[in-house]
Amino acid sequence: MNTATVSAAMVSDSIGSATMLISNYVFPNDLHVHWSMMIVLYPYITGLVDGAFIIAALYYLFDVKSLAPVARFSLLFALAFLCCATIPLLLHLGRPERNFNMLLTPSPSSAMAGFGYIYAVSMGVLVFIIFFVYRPVLVALRKSSRGWLKVLYRVITLDSIDLSDDALKLDAKIIRFLVAIGIPIAAVLHGYVGFIFGGVKANPTWSSPLMPVIFLFSACVSGISAIVFAYIVIAKVKSRPIDHECIVTMINTLTGFFILAFSFEMLEVFSHSYLKTGYHHMVEGLLNGPLAKSFWFWQVKIGSVLPLLLLGIMVLFKIRSSLYTFLAAGVSGILLIQVFIMRWNVVIGGQLMSKSARGYTQFHPQWFDKEGIIAVIIVMAIPFVILFFLGKIFPFWDKDNGV
Amino acid sequence: MKIKDPSPDMKKRSFLKNVLNGTVAGCLYLVYPMGADSFEIPEQIPGIRNKPYDIYDQEFAFVVDITRCIGCGSCCVADKREFNVPDGNYRTWVERYVKGFSDRIYVDCPNGGLDGYQSPRTDIKEKIRDTFFVPKLCNMCREAPCVQVCPVGATFTSPDGFVLVDDKRCVGCAYCIQACPYSARFINPETRVVEKCTWCYNRVRKGLLPACVQVCPTGARKFGSLKDENSEVYKILKGPGVLTVLKKEMGTWPALYYKGARREVV
Repeated sequence: MNTATVSAAMVSDSIGSATMLISNYVFPNDLHVHWSMMIVLYPYITGLVDGAFIIAALYYLFDVKSLAPVARFSLLFALAFLCCATIPLLLHLGRPERNFNMLLTPSPSSAMAGFGYIYAVSMGVLVFIIFFVYRPVLVALRKSSRGWLKVLYRVITLDSIDLSDDALKLDAKIIRFLVAIGIPIAAVLHGYVGFIFGGVKANPTWSSPLMPVIFLFSACVSGISAIVFAYIVIAKVKSRPIDHECIVTMINTLTGFFILAFSFEMLEVFSHSYLKTGYHHMVEGLLNGPLAKSFWFWQVKIGSVLPLLLLGIMVLFKIRSSLYTFLAAGVSGILLIQVFIMRWNVVIGGQLMSKSARGYTQFHPQWFDKEGIIAVIIVMAIPFVILFFLGKIFPFWDKDNGV
Repeated sequence: MKIKDPSPDMKKRSFLKNVLNGTVAGCLYLVYPMGADSFEIPEQIPGIRNKPYDIYDQEFAFVVDITRCIGCGSCCVADKREFNVPDGNYRTWVERYVKGFSDRIYVDCPNGGLDGYQSPRTDIKEKIRDTFFVPKLCNMCREAPCVQVCPVGATFTSPDGFVLVDDKRCVGCAYCIQACPYSARFINPETRVVEKCTWCYNRVRKGLLPACVQVCPTGARKFGSLKDENSEVYKILKGPGVLTVLKKEMGTWPALYYKGARREVV
């Protein structure tokens, strides 16, 4: 018999009336999981970009002054990760050398064909925002630096040293404009990633209009968590003061986005189990069988309910700032993992269901595959290397102009 | 006048001469180019050869008669040989369905049915009500999700209704694999691009039936032009018999029809 998995056997026992439908049969071409860890990583990375951009947008467009300490860092963080968003995709493609076909001869009917354009526009807007935000700092750095760094600053500032009031006012206007168009672009960048999955009608766990919404909110959660976590860790390592008000604002924002993200994630599951349409027995069987641990235990209990309780305590009660910072780092760390597990459960979990609607395949991550665990670690390390070098050129923090 | 008998030596010599002449003549007859037609396989789909092929005025259909399939696996072997399909991947496969008196369905498909179903399942404890085989292949959807999602247009529907893959354009993203409700696609590990059943488009354009149809010993697989009123598929589609398609609710409008498919067939 083909792929009689233990987990599938558990499923068939647990779904009662639907047992006649399950016989652990997997279509022969479904045994292999085609979208593996790199496709888990891709939405995770674009999600981090989106969330970090939200923090910057709150400061530069909505004038949330308390976010000033991390606003610039958020932009650089977003840039570092955006630079790496295509790496997992290239590693995943069977023919990566043909990737430009997507830009040169895109098929207008395909959601995926839009990726290159959306990505390019996001990158362009982000780079311009960073350029204008940093212009006064870069002009000052140009004066104080020497050698190749001075040449670099001259190039980045387009050899302009105009810091007159009029020029700075114009800069501010341009920044607001760019951030204003940056928000929908960021939303499209990640909502679109959700739609890549939501638009696959052949897969009952993906095929849902809620998918882009879930992806978007969880993106905000992961990105904001990343900024909170990075801000606290870098401050501790560098023995810099931590702006408590900034952390509080970020945590409050994070709480709002996380409530939305978690609600929609649960709504999706609830809708499947309540509506009992089409292939609901397969979705139920998946969540209670092969994904029982990674979904219910890790994603929901540890990754969602626990942070919700902690965030609730942090929002509702007055806590001394050192403990608050500790909890903030803990919660954001958990949420970073939660979003990764969520992506895993959607991308890989969704493919465990065979389209035979009768059984589940299995996924065993490899260590040394081009989409393996080592590759994942390397891909996730590259943005931090980029961030390190970006930090040498663009000072991260407010009031730290590197001069 | 009495004819003198030839000597035994003469008899032998002339016999050997004749044999040699015959052999040479026979070889020349075989080797001499008398036009390829003499050795060409007869046309199996009438109206294709020796005629201009109007690609915009064609309509083909594939009918699988489940009541006739005996699960011999010949179709799978023919397909594997026709396209050198790598092990573990399947352009076509044959499933075995077993239905118990409890209404429980047991399905299996070891090695895609390539080895044929030579022995019954022994792991089913309950009394068996019915058993049948279901050949699977590309459904050639009129509203093909794979064509819709291909980001580079490598998967396309030809004007004569075949969903095909341009292996020179495919980037190997596997989005079409996710989109296909029938799991008819796979990534070829050697070429690293997607591959699937084409209803043997290469053969059809030469007036030949798909390899699986040609070798099917029971006529369970039928293929033909709907423009030809004498074709078997035309008659089946025109006739009163009940035909179904797989996963109708997906809205893919397959050109692959099943005759005698039970409702349990997915």
